[in-house]
Amino acid sequence: MKAPLSQIAHTRSGDKGDVVNIGVIAWRAADYPALVREVTTRRVFEFFEDRIAGPVERFEAPNLGALNFLLHGALGGGGTVSLRIDSQGKTFGAALLRMEIEIDE
Amino acid sequence: MIRVANGQGFWGDWLEAPVRLVEQGPIDYLTLDYLAEVTMAVLEKQRQRNPELGYAADFPPLMERLAPKLKQKGIRVVTNAGGLNPRACAREVLRRAPGLKVAIVEGDAVTARIDEFLAKGYRLNHIDTGEPLDNVRGRILSANAYLGAFPLAQALTAGADVAISGRCADSALVLAPSIHAFGWSAGDWDLLAAGATAGHIVECGAQTTGGNSQVDWREIPDFDEIGYPIAEIDAGGTFAITKHAGTGGRVTADIVKEQLLYEIGDPRSYLTPDVIADFTNLHLADDGPDRVRITGAKGRERPSCLKLSINYAAGWKAIGTLVYTAPDAVAKAQAADRIVRRRLEKLGLRFDEIYTEYLGWNACHGNAAPAAWAVPEVQLRIGVRGQDRSAVERFTREMAPLVLSGPPGATGYGGEGRPKVREVIGNWAALLPREEIRPRVEVFE
Repeated sequence: MKAPLSQIAHTRSGDKGDVVNIGVIAWRAADYPALVREVTTRRVFEFFEDRIAGPVERFEAPNLGALNFLLHGALGGGGTVSLRIDSQGKTFGAALLRMEIEIDE
Repeated sequence: MIRVANGQGFWGDWLEAPVRLVEQGPIDYLTLDYLAEVTMAVLEKQRQRNPELGYAADFPPLMERLAPKLKQKGIRVVTNAGGLNPRACAREVLRRAPGLKVAIVEGDAVTARIDEFLAKGYRLNHIDTGEPLDNVRGRILSANAYLGAFPLAQALTAGADVAISGRCADSALVLAPSIHAFGWSAGDWDLLAAGATAGHIVECGAQTTGGNSQVDWREIPDFDEIGYPIAEIDAGGTFAITKHAGTGGRVTADIVKEQLLYEIGDPRSYLTPDVIADFTNLHLADDGPDRVRITGAKGRERPSCLKLSINYAAGWKAIGTLVYTAPDAVAKAQAADRIVRRRLEKLGLRFDEIYTEYLGWNACHGNAAPAAWAVPEVQLRIGVRGQDRSAVERFTREMAPLVLSGPPGATGYGGEGRPKVREVIGNWAALLPREEIRPRVEVFE
């Protein structure tokens, strides 16, 4: 069944220079495998394609039921160089929650 | 066990938070983290205007306000408020609160040594992009190494009531009291990892007590008096995250997980100057109301290099805004954007970047935003950045005329007047072998 990512996970995002990180955390440990399967680097890159240069990296933390993503070239230079309203990537996490994924019934 | 509370997550955080941490319950150490990457750029601008500045100016008045209570309760303060100028910061603290014993940590500033480093063959290439430093070499304004926790611990052991560092790892503010209290040393990698992890969890203040959390924000009580985080750390390297009883906010394992992942890279290798911490073996458990117990910290030998934070002059920028209203708010704003861009082009002005956003429509959620026709009002936000200040100045004259000469329904041009031209300071991160950096501790009696 298709559902937004917000159905099974919560997120927090921030910056390091021109890189945005998004922590994606399963609400329930049982949904962690669905995160690993559905929220791939490719899908995250495609989701943010209109605003990031890439690449996207992914790291796994099964003990936290969580994935961490690094989006490179994501903030128009980052810090005070960036011209963007969200120059520190605070809202990327909330945006990603709208991504549609396939979840277990 | 020691109780280490963090009362500031950045410079500009809630002024009452540290005062409430001191007054509303027991703590042993108060840490205050003022430095973000962008803060260093702000401090650089301030120091250029006045060489006696360049530190977190909120800090000395706070020490004046808190000094009697700190003395009475035996609470000691650990902070990176020194920024680019710890010595001037300490002088101002001593002037305002002469009863406090103040120590500073220096040795992070290496601006004058860049040529020496390059001559020795250190490339100082950009940590993410690999670009050579030559691209910004002639425009460097300041360079600082991220110091670790041991110099701050030494300051505490020397009896400082207030230990002030310049640039250091944020997590070092919490690790330092742990090293001081428990006698941990280089080689105790699991213990150092525990202290650094606790530091990472509390370094952003209320972000670990319910602030900016997606863990049902509607249910989080009393944001207006949110409690700031306290790490209760024991000598064996287990710790709990909590807050004072009776304060607002909430501490749960889900919320702490959000913060654990905040602004990190590989969770197996959280790099600090003192240890490489592994977050993938941690166990988080709710342990009563507003209390999370954390065990299983693992660490590996500290990195051979320290991170350098280099500020460089990167030109000028200005942001212009106008609000457009329905019908067709977004279409009107897009038309206005085209007008501005054509006018800039016809004036022959050159910029490094022109970037347009539509606040209220898709500035934050991009392609996931709703259909443009459904948006009742939108703020057009055009930013320009370039090396030629006069071109940026000229842009600031191009927004207001649209109100009379562009699409209908524009407003929101008054109030702040023309856009301001701001200096852009870029931040360059690089790596330097740690032997090159010799931190110094100085205690003011």
